[in-house]
Amino acid sequence: MEYFGKRWHDMGGDPAGYINPDEHDFSLWEKRVDALMVLSSAKGLMNTDSLRRVLEDMGPEAYATMSYYERWIASVTQNMVEAGAFSPEELAAKMENVRARGDTYGQAS
Amino acid sequence: MPHDHLSPSGHPYREDNDQPLTYWQTMEIAVRELLVEKGHITAEEVHAQIDAMDARSPAMGAVVVARAWTDPVFKAALLEDGSSACRDMGFDIGPMHLIAMENTEDTHNVVVCTLCSCYPRNLLGLPPDWYKSREYRSRTVREPRKVLAEFGVNVPTTMKIRVHDSTADMRYVVIPQRPSGTDGYSLDQLADLVTRDSMIGVAIVKQPGV
Repeated sequence: MEYFGKRWHDMGGDPAGYINPDEHDFSLWEKRVDALMVLSSAKGLMNTDSLRRVLEDMGPEAYATMSYYERWIASVTQNMVEAGAFSPEELAAKMENVRARGDTYGQAS
Repeated sequence: MPHDHLSPSGHPYREDNDQPLTYWQTMEIAVRELLVEKGHITAEEVHAQIDAMDARSPAMGAVVVARAWTDPVFKAALLEDGSSACRDMGFDIGPMHLIAMENTEDTHNVVVCTLCSCYPRNLLGLPPDWYKSREYRSRTVREPRKVLAEFGVNVPTTMKIRVHDSTADMRYVVIPQRPSGTDGYSLDQLADLVTRDSMIGVAIVKQPGV
């Protein structure tokens, strides 16, 4: 639904269906993403507003296709690049390095 | 799956550790290592933060509620300034502004964050998946009575429902009603009745003896 002045993330009151009550225990990588957000904020590299600004700019497609902490790590990363913590080139090289370590999260981390 | 080998701690590797590495997991590892290499954070800080978050659970909120049920002076302080009252009990609730809302005979409170996933995480731990879902965020402010009924709470039409929409700076916690039949209960016994969902407002507390 499109309203003037209302962005996609402002979903209060929108029609929606049944609330799925299923829950899951957070996995290690999700807890690490959460910790990176908290620590980066504590160090002054980002804050809750900058986290949300990137999340909201991702648009509804990201909300539909990415998990909660996938969206968070995307936002944290963007914030870190903007804060000058590392460059996009450094990130690309490091991700390539991580990928080369193995096929599972356990092997790569 | 390689579940026959154990980690150095002797526990099986977590299932997520054995799944194929995803793009976003790769990014998490890379960002964490870059932040450490550049001296912004340390690996120990990441461990400590995860431990601190793991240690937070609804049991902390339950202790606050149980005290509010038994200590009128504390309850008044909690309703006046939730952040200070919880800090005075020794809970590190961080910079968030915590607001406690009391359920009464004629008013039921329920908490949502329509914009995002704001939640009193430093008091209750991380929010459940459904709290962050489009359905809960959208509907709770539109049809709270129906949403609560789906959670198994039928609020009589004679009772008012107040919906509190959290923000990044203001986090709400519900003080549920103390059940009858709990006179003489110790603080621990009372706290055992207080569930996470009752402090979000989508449940009533456990009943004594159940």
